[in-house]
Amino acid sequence: MGLDAIRDKAAIVGVGCCKFGENWDQSPSDMIVDAAYQAYADAGIEKPQEEIDAVFCGSLYSQKGPHETSDALKLWKPVTEVSNYCATGTDAFRCGVMAIACGLYDTVLVVGYDKPKDRGVSGPSVMMNQVRDLPQTPAGWFSICASRYFEKYGASREDLARVAIKNHHNGTLAPNSFLKREITLDDYMKARIISWPFGLYDCAAQTDGAAAVVLTRAELAKSRRDDPVVVKGVTVFAGPNPQKDPSMDFLAWKPTVAAARDAFEMSGVTADDVDVAQVHDCFSLTELLTYEDLGFCEKGSAKEHIADGAFELGGRLPVNTDGGLKSFGHPTGATGVRMIYENVLQLQGRAEKRQVPDPEIALSHNIGGHPTACGIAILGRA
Amino acid sequence: MAGILSYGAYVPPTRLAFATVGGRPAKEGGPEKAVAWNDEDAVSMAVSAAVNCLRGLDRATVDAVMFASTTYPFAEKQGAAFLARALDLPRSVRSVDFSGSLRAGTSALRAAADAVAAGSARRVLVVASDCRTAAPGTPLETNVGDAAVAFLVGDADPIATLDASHAVADEIVDVWRTAGDRFIHTWEDRFVVQEGYLPGIVEAVAGLLEKTGTSPDDYAKLCLYAPDARSHGGAARKLRVDAARLQDPLFGRLGNAGCAFALLQLAHALEDASPGERLLAAAYGDGAEVLAFTTSEHLEKLEPRRSVSWHLARRRGVKSYDRYLKARNLQLGEYEPPRDQGLSATIHFRERDEDVSFVAQKCNACGAVQFPHQRVCETCFAKDGFARQRLSDRTGRVLTYTFDFFFPTPDPPTVVTICEIDGARVHLQLVNCAPEDVALDMPVEFELRRIHQSGGRPNYYWKATPVPEAG
Repeated sequence: MGLDAIRDKAAIVGVGCCKFGENWDQSPSDMIVDAAYQAYADAGIEKPQEEIDAVFCGSLYSQKGPHETSDALKLWKPVTEVSNYCATGTDAFRCGVMAIACGLYDTVLVVGYDKPKDRGVSGPSVMMNQVRDLPQTPAGWFSICASRYFEKYGASREDLARVAIKNHHNGTLAPNSFLKREITLDDYMKARIISWPFGLYDCAAQTDGAAAVVLTRAELAKSRRDDPVVVKGVTVFAGPNPQKDPSMDFLAWKPTVAAARDAFEMSGVTADDVDVAQVHDCFSLTELLTYEDLGFCEKGSAKEHIADGAFELGGRLPVNTDGGLKSFGHPTGATGVRMIYENVLQLQGRAEKRQVPDPEIALSHNIGGHPTACGIAILGRA
Repeated sequence: MAGILSYGAYVPPTRLAFATVGGRPAKEGGPEKAVAWNDEDAVSMAVSAAVNCLRGLDRATVDAVMFASTTYPFAEKQGAAFLARALDLPRSVRSVDFSGSLRAGTSALRAAADAVAAGSARRVLVVASDCRTAAPGTPLETNVGDAAVAFLVGDADPIATLDASHAVADEIVDVWRTAGDRFIHTWEDRFVVQEGYLPGIVEAVAGLLEKTGTSPDDYAKLCLYAPDARSHGGAARKLRVDAARLQDPLFGRLGNAGCAFALLQLAHALEDASPGERLLAAAYGDGAEVLAFTTSEHLEKLEPRRSVSWHLARRRGVKSYDRYLKARNLQLGEYEPPRDQGLSATIHFRERDEDVSFVAQKCNACGAVQFPHQRVCETCFAKDGFARQRLSDRTGRVLTYTFDFFFPTPDPPTVVTICEIDGARVHLQLVNCAPEDVALDMPVEFELRRIHQSGGRPNYYWKATPVPEAG
């Protein structure tokens, strides 16, 4: 036994994702049903009450726990709900994979969802529950790397702009994305500042949404469909708060570095093997740092690779092919599952206008909290 | 003999120009007043004044705290005990609040000297702080200002001894706030001055002069409370005080600072005083109270204080009257502020050392300083072996920063930093610094501020502020 114990044990045989956006007329249950029934259809599941053995769901904002999903889908099953900031969706997926890999269940449903737009707040609210736990907004948590990173490596807002412009473009190509609007460098520079250096276009679009995945044991997968996707590795890290970590250098996010090491070892692949990736772009700088923290390029070199178009569709490693959190939308608990949905479509050649040529290995990545949590899932063709 | 051992003041750096109140562009050098901003109040100003008074002195020997204010935010809950905690004074400290009158400050100073003279206390910290608000658009608005002043009182080598005092009690409804009133009320101004202020202050000062056999000419400076500049001049004329002997009350610069006003002038006078000079401070409110001091040779041994002059030099103008109204919560909002339960009192209790005293911990095993309290060391992972280390009187440096335009404040952006203090990393807002002046590694010190009003209560925490070039 070891980190490779789950490699190739679980397969994805169905995926679903509702339209992300300001879904004023949809309840969380409505979106869960949309996503889950798409995934059922994709997996050829006609009687979910009989064919699904267990459910793992994830939500950051829900107060209802597993009941939200079990009631929506009318399932009497073992149902678990997890919460792990922005890594919530990947964590729910990880629980499903582990449950399959250990032989407990044949088929499980993974659901990620969130409904932030029911709160009457535009953007993330400034929570003030304690006097010192949040003297700023989430944009402020993630922007604290900027002053040090910019100084050390000479990067600037122009480099961030290219990330935002790319993700806006990719969002126009994904049917279920929230924002379908190209932006220019001029739009980017003229937008109001949220938390320096982040302007409006550096920040992800917070939306409602739900996504779902059906997992089964690898040896059963071909009975569901001809082109199943196998899970090479999945890991979720949580760590101490980087804001008070005396060894934090503000040049990299440690949760990503730590999780990536594990995820690649679990999967038996390296960063060079990755053909397509969905990474956490809650803010543009997060995506930039993630290129380096995952090993897609050397520390400090992201701006050159961005300038070369390496991470654009048609580049050497397309990242956030569906527009990412920036344009597809960011319903916190759904995001990790939505990324797996996109990677499955890419690996199966079903990504239409945004299809990456013949990918074999796909990676998805979330980072959340202050940030303290990181989830990474690596998928491959069976 | 009991007297003053040290002193310090705090005046908020924000100045509201009278022109801005009138909707006109503010002119350099024009009349203005000091205003507490949205993260300041009588408590935060009192802590800062006390820090300035105690700078370089041993806090552990302070055995009593007397806090005077008419604008302390709680009706039931002591301010002095909060100050003691914020200043990290010993738990055995005696704490008393003085309130209800604009002479609460002089009353506290006199009570402190009495306690020392009687031997019931050795070193008493006296803090007077007021943050009174006049109704927007009323003439009183430009008269009142916000400030705090602190004195350490004892009998070992005082810089100024308290020689005499005199008080008059009177019953008059001239200036008042009933319980729950937000704004100051006054009766007709001629009545207030002719039947209240003038006869009251003159009777008390004359009484002291008679008691001590002195005349105004025997005093280097007379520090007279007055509701406004005109009545200040009137009192001086009645008492036949030579203009040169009047301490400048700073109308048009700071404003009438309530129960701190006469004592703030006294602190200002001490900055320029020479040994062997007499100083007089008189406060008015339901009667009047006068204190007479003589400075000693120890005055020259006291390190320069952050007192009134230091704060006069540190100013930033309010950009618009609208921002002032926002900062003082004087604007109508669409909704009343939510009356939630607020912070958990249990958590506040548990975290007083961090949030109020700004105390970190130092690992006994590896020496790493960390904040807030945690049971497992960030650095060496040793468990449960830590010593207290106070950060509030240390300096630190800005490790990294951002400008948050989303955080609710009257004048965004909020400068947010991670500061390194003795090796500990602490996430803090930075005040008194425009975004263009923020730099990596800049040195900072710390001030207690109001962080928010959750639960309809003031909630306090510390913020970073640039270390001034001098002082």
